[in-house]
Amino acid sequence: MEELLARWQRKPDALIEILHAAQQCFGWLDRPLLGMIAQELDLPPSLVFGVASFYHAFRLKPRGHQTCTVCTGTSCHLQGGSRLLHELEQHLGIRSGTTTEDGSLTLEQVRCLGACGMAPLVRIEHEGGGTSFHAGMNRDQVVKLLQNAIRGTHSKGVPLSPVAIYGDIHKRIVLENCTGTAPAAGLYCALERAVLQMTPEEVCRQITESGLRGRGGAGYPTGRKWEMVRTARGKRKFVVANGDEGDPGAFMDRTLMENDPDRVLEGMAIAGYAVGAASGFVYVRGEYPLAAQRLRDAISRAEKSRRLGRNLFGTGFSFNVRVRIGAGAFVCGEETALMASIMGRRGQPVIRPPYPAQKGLWGNSTLINNVETFGSIAAIISRGSEQLRVLGTTDSYGTKIFSLSGDVARVGVIEVPLGTTVRELLDLAGGVTGGGFKAAQTGGASGGCIPAEHMDLPIDYESLRDIGTIMGSGGLVVLNDTRCMVDVARFFMRFCSDESCGKCTPCRAGTSQAVRILDRICGGCGSEGDLQQLEELCLLMQETSLCGLGLAAPTPVLSTLRWYRHEYLAHIRQGSCPAGVCSREAMG
Amino acid sequence: MKRIHLTINGLAVTGKAGQTILQVAQQHGIIIPTLCNFPGLAPAASCRICIVEVAGYPRPVPACATAAEQGMEICTDSERIRKARRMIVELLLAERNHTCPVCVMDGACELQTLAKLLGIDHVRYGFISPQMTLDISQARFGIDHNRCILCRRCVRVCDEVEGAHTWDVSGRGATSRIISDLAEPWGDSGTCTDCGKCVQSCPTGALFEKGPKKAGKGTPCLERIVEWRGRKNK
Ligand SMILES: Cc1cc2nc3c(=O)[nH]c(=O)nc-3n(C[C@H](O)[C@H](O)[C@H](O)COP(=O)(O)O)c2cc1C
Ligand code: SF4
Ligand code: SF4
Ligand code: SF4
Ligand code: FES
Repeated sequence: MEELLARWQRKPDALIEILHAAQQCFGWLDRPLLGMIAQELDLPPSLVFGVASFYHAFRLKPRGHQTCTVCTGTSCHLQGGSRLLHELEQHLGIRSGTTTEDGSLTLEQVRCLGACGMAPLVRIEHEGGGTSFHAGMNRDQVVKLLQNAIRGTHSKGVPLSPVAIYGDIHKRIVLENCTGTAPAAGLYCALERAVLQMTPEEVCRQITESGLRGRGGAGYPTGRKWEMVRTARGKRKFVVANGDEGDPGAFMDRTLMENDPDRVLEGMAIAGYAVGAASGFVYVRGEYPLAAQRLRDAISRAEKSRRLGRNLFGTGFSFNVRVRIGAGAFVCGEETALMASIMGRRGQPVIRPPYPAQKGLWGNSTLINNVETFGSIAAIISRGSEQLRVLGTTDSYGTKIFSLSGDVARVGVIEVPLGTTVRELLDLAGGVTGGGFKAAQTGGASGGCIPAEHMDLPIDYESLRDIGTIMGSGGLVVLNDTRCMVDVARFFMRFCSDESCGKCTPCRAGTSQAVRILDRICGGCGSEGDLQQLEELCLLMQETSLCGLGLAAPTPVLSTLRWYRHEYLAHIRQGSCPAGVCSREAMG
Repeated sequence: MKRIHLTINGLAVTGKAGQTILQVAQQHGIIIPTLCNFPGLAPAASCRICIVEVAGYPRPVPACATAAEQGMEICTDSERIRKARRMIVELLLAERNHTCPVCVMDGACELQTLAKLLGIDHVRYGFISPQMTLDISQARFGIDHNRCILCRRCVRVCDEVEGAHTWDVSGRGATSRIISDLAEPWGDSGTCTDCGKCVQSCPTGALFEKGPKKAGKGTPCLERIVEWRGRKNK
């Protein structure tokens, strides 16, 4: 422990890192340990406990000898993951998140491991440190695995499959190096060019001219954000890459960080040069240990070859990057919560303005972009701003990476020019499985559906907004016509309720109430008054929540109400689910 | 300090640059109800009771944490705003166990007063009625989580004014809970200075002083709400 504290120089800001490390050493975080950490870091004990209990990755109770984690992300939910979890709860007689009395087994759930092709996915961790993944599981199979494990025979399981990448290779920009044979020669050329041949103003201008918009969800013009940070006062500035990717059904960022970490780092370094920042953070989702490892490796390689670090290319420009690991909180993708998390606090959003560009990390101007946004930078610098403009639609330029999952033949990521239609995407993904096409759910828990009648809509930021959904980060879950849309809406509302930070009333209490109403409707005991109340609640959350999570939490409900109101009414009036999903899972 | 000019409910008012909408409104006797805000503490902007409409803004903004700006046209009391405030108070009432007749703060509680002001005569949501605990291990005070609305005034006053940081929040979402030290009994706290500031700042009956019931804690916010009612009745 002493060694551990020394490694982080007893910095209070490193609280989350220290908790991660302590948990790795001791398995769980008990009170005396937390008390000691508080004392050593000179932090109030309640603050340390508050942080440890905020993040789901931290365990405040001892775990069983085995931990069985069921993925209940969107794809896994559709393939029966939630039902599986429920059945296991009944079989084992414990609730998710708890341990059996004899201490042999802990049951947990996770919202998306980013391996949607393997749904429903189960992860089994053994006390000794071994971890195995098991795809396409049902109750009996899991029970057998666990019994074997208790007897000491551990099944190897299947490797967590690397994500399939497909689509026209010539139209790839961000993922161009992700073909397996990375052309190491071209690494960091764009950085060199920016630093040696361009002024920071020119870099910002080039990004603005390219028309690049943020890929993290909101689609804010990247050039404008950079310009704001560049012209912000203050000596110290920071660059942050948002790799939290908490949306269920999204794994684009995982793919990029695992396959081409250098491209993200290069984009960050160019940003650092352009805005005048000397250090950066990549915030990687806690569920993506491989991505974090590859980023760390890439950083040390780049530091050795003097592409990152001090005095780059002999110009006096320095830039270093550190990796920060998330700890299981979707809300930490929100930029103010992300910064709180980097500074070792509870991931609670704070009101904007001030925006991070004005007052961010430790009060300094901070640039936050999604990792895919940073992944787009090198191509713009090395090939000019026209590069993006030739692809895409009139106001959404360039390419976008989508992750396709759910009822499609080929689950994977695909980079296509903006303006591609759902139909074209589906063709590339080998079509719908298990029935006809019903809808595509975009933007995860903050998004809505593209119904069948809009299959030929070119996907860009504006067109999706017009039909009541969002681009979001690029997760696209295909639903076939056996799926119940009310169940899907309930799934996302539960997700938001679980992930709400609990700070503001409309989101904390509003999502809880909305889940109760949706439970009633799915269980066949809803009324039309419930529907009205649900709509009112949705409006309240949309208008009065503090951060984007609560503001967007109602979108899946409102979108399904818009296109599939008849399904809600069927649940209410006939007391049954037209798709036959809810009756099976009424208890789910 | 630069002067700014804006209108609130059609009334032309002036304020100083850097003031919040709430501060400007208060200076001109216009009452905006608040819960999580407390004079002298950093705004948390979390309860969302103080929302007001600003012309040209897509959504209502919290008056307690939004800077007043030159030329703003603000409306503090539209039907839309009243409706939202009612729903927020109802959500709070349904969230834990607010049984006013048996509460130490009955008659002096800000939540209760606000509910009356807003004309709430029933709660449209299902009562969640969680099983919450009561901690009376501290010598002079107690905390009843059944009444807590998670406004965090206690957390902020203890940190920002007293400097003890005894309180914080554990968990998240609907399982958030106010804790002292390592979620231990308040009476065992090694950081609490027994100053009572948290009790003074709590808007509800969650934090209370032991002993015979006193008539109201009389916080400044409460006075403002009462004043607001006076205006509305005119
Ligand atoms: C609840 C919530 C979750 C978010 N999650 C992510 C995320 O996982 N990854 C991401 O890049 N942006 C996420 N965002 C958006 C970020 O707040 C921010 O807008 C984005 O990182 C900015 O980068 P960009 O301009 O490159 O899009 C999230 C926002 C909200 C409100
Ligand atoms: S909207 Fe939800 S996540 Fe965002 S601050 Fe409010 S409670 Fe927290
Ligand atoms: S805290 Fe207020 S509203 Fe709640 S029971 Fe007590 S007096 Fe009533
Ligand atoms: S105990 Fe009182 S002051 Fe503290 S959060 Fe709860 S209601 Fe607010
Ligand atoms: S008083 Fe402004 S949000 Fe609570």
